[in-house]
Amino acid sequence: MKPAFSVIFLTTLIGAGQGLFLAYYSAEWLVTLNMLQPPTSDHSAEAALLAFALMAAGLVASFFHLGHPERAWRAAAMWRTSWLSREVIALPLAMGTVLVFALLRLLEIDFEVAMLGRVSLSLSTLVGFAAVLAVVALFACTAMIYASLKFLRQWHSPLTVLNFFLMGTASGFTLATLLAVVHQAGFFGYFSGMAIFLTLAALISRFSSLARNRRLRSPSTLQSAIGVHHPNIRQIAQGAMGGSFNTRAFMHSYGPSVLLLARRFFLVGGFVLPLLLLFVSDADSLLLCALALSLQFLGLLTERWYFFIEAEHPQNVYYQMIS
Amino acid sequence: MTQLALVIDLNTCVGCHACVTSCKEWNTSGDAGPMVDRNPYGAEPTGTFFNRVQTFEVGEFPNTQTVHFPKSCLHCEDPPCVPVCPTGASYKRPEDGIVLVDYDKCIGCEYCSWACPYGAREIDEQQKVMKKCTLCVDRIYDESLPERDRKPVCVLSCPTSARIYGDIHDPESEASRAINAAGGYQLMPEWGTEPANHYLPRRKVNIAVHEEDLQRVDNPLRKEDRGPRAPTTRTTLDDSTSW
Repeated sequence: MKPAFSVIFLTTLIGAGQGLFLAYYSAEWLVTLNMLQPPTSDHSAEAALLAFALMAAGLVASFFHLGHPERAWRAAAMWRTSWLSREVIALPLAMGTVLVFALLRLLEIDFEVAMLGRVSLSLSTLVGFAAVLAVVALFACTAMIYASLKFLRQWHSPLTVLNFFLMGTASGFTLATLLAVVHQAGFFGYFSGMAIFLTLAALISRFSSLARNRRLRSPSTLQSAIGVHHPNIRQIAQGAMGGSFNTRAFMHSYGPSVLLLARRFFLVGGFVLPLLLLFVSDADSLLLCALALSLQFLGLLTERWYFFIEAEHPQNVYYQMIS
Repeated sequence: MTQLALVIDLNTCVGCHACVTSCKEWNTSGDAGPMVDRNPYGAEPTGTFFNRVQTFEVGEFPNTQTVHFPKSCLHCEDPPCVPVCPTGASYKRPEDGIVLVDYDKCIGCEYCSWACPYGAREIDEQQKVMKKCTLCVDRIYDESLPERDRKPVCVLSCPTSARIYGDIHDPESEASRAINAAGGYQLMPEWGTEPANHYLPRRKVNIAVHEEDLQRVDNPLRKEDRGPRAPTTRTTLDDSTSW
């Protein structure tokens, strides 16, 4: 497949935003459960605003993918069958709940709604819980857009869903680590520990999908594509001399050396180096954490680019030679 | 239930592209149009087409066959492009099984083209919506046309009658009979999309020629062998010819 740049930015940006929100919201609950030191000052509202901004940026990027962005609202219609439609519902839901969470705290209009044992539940905590559900649903919907296409066998795997979740949360927690260094209010150990764990998990999971895809063979051949069962078939015309949508949308022209470089870059830059940098940084290493985040984000952009390159569309067997 | 479809006979297709040009002509000026071109008279012409003829060479020289292969939307019975559409712009008509795109609802997200294993859909570069073969839906029900013309234009234009149009769910239709008689098959059956369009394979056309077809064994002239014959030693009446 040809990489769709708007979709590359959409999926990486919203992944980081979703991960960032999960990082701060989970830290808050760990404090409530006395498993984490409370922060010296609360920055959850700013973090949620940043998460909202990242998702909004992703949403803006996604509009560049559409031929008719003004009709995008129609895309919510077919949620019963289409994962894209479900994503179109889940993204504004996640953005909305995260924004309400942030505003409740920022404008200090939060109030207690219930007591759970000795724990006081504020409205923002409840809204945050809804946001967590929306964020997790959004991860599932985004990944299932790709994983549900059974003809694109490189995508049609539970590993795709796992990868999207792990890479999104890993970049979100790395961003949270940087914020913890900036704010100097605590949570550094939790965020960086989780970022290391998630990045390592994402590396393992992405590596498994690379290994899986290397072994894949398409069940479609030129023989099944045109129904002529002869071992020796050669295309001599594809019906168009200047190319067509079929040759522009589903093929790339990058050689194996470029692909190898990209693969090495995202494995090292997106996972291994951030892992090492996070490992050696402490609560004051602003530069190291900023470097880890930038490297990881660049690496994940490359990973998403490669994710498209990797997928081989079965229609390509019809387009082997121009004329 | 009706499932309208095309049956394309690869045995008779000569690759003349009449179906391609007539399809473009009809549809660019019809409901599905315009089907714009980029660079139509330049070095790299490209544009929107619903139907194309590809050519394949089968076998090894000198024992080769040239197979011309027209390719358009197959109007699958279980179309993978329809459920993925987020707006419902892509739909399969229950009454006749034609898969269509509502150009007013399409947002041009290309997701359906990712989901179609045959590459049957194209984004129209001017209208920015997904387009594909409509089976000439604006023609086959047009009562202002004489009944014999209410067929997809590619079928009417085919000079070798390689394209048969009909209801493949009706066992008595010309299309179903052709599928049954000549072993019609579906493309990429491994994906389970159940394409409605079928293709008829190359067939060996051998005529058994027997000796007696060329020379009648019961030829009365041969059997009696010779007619009356004058003696060759004697001159005949006119002294010029002899039998």
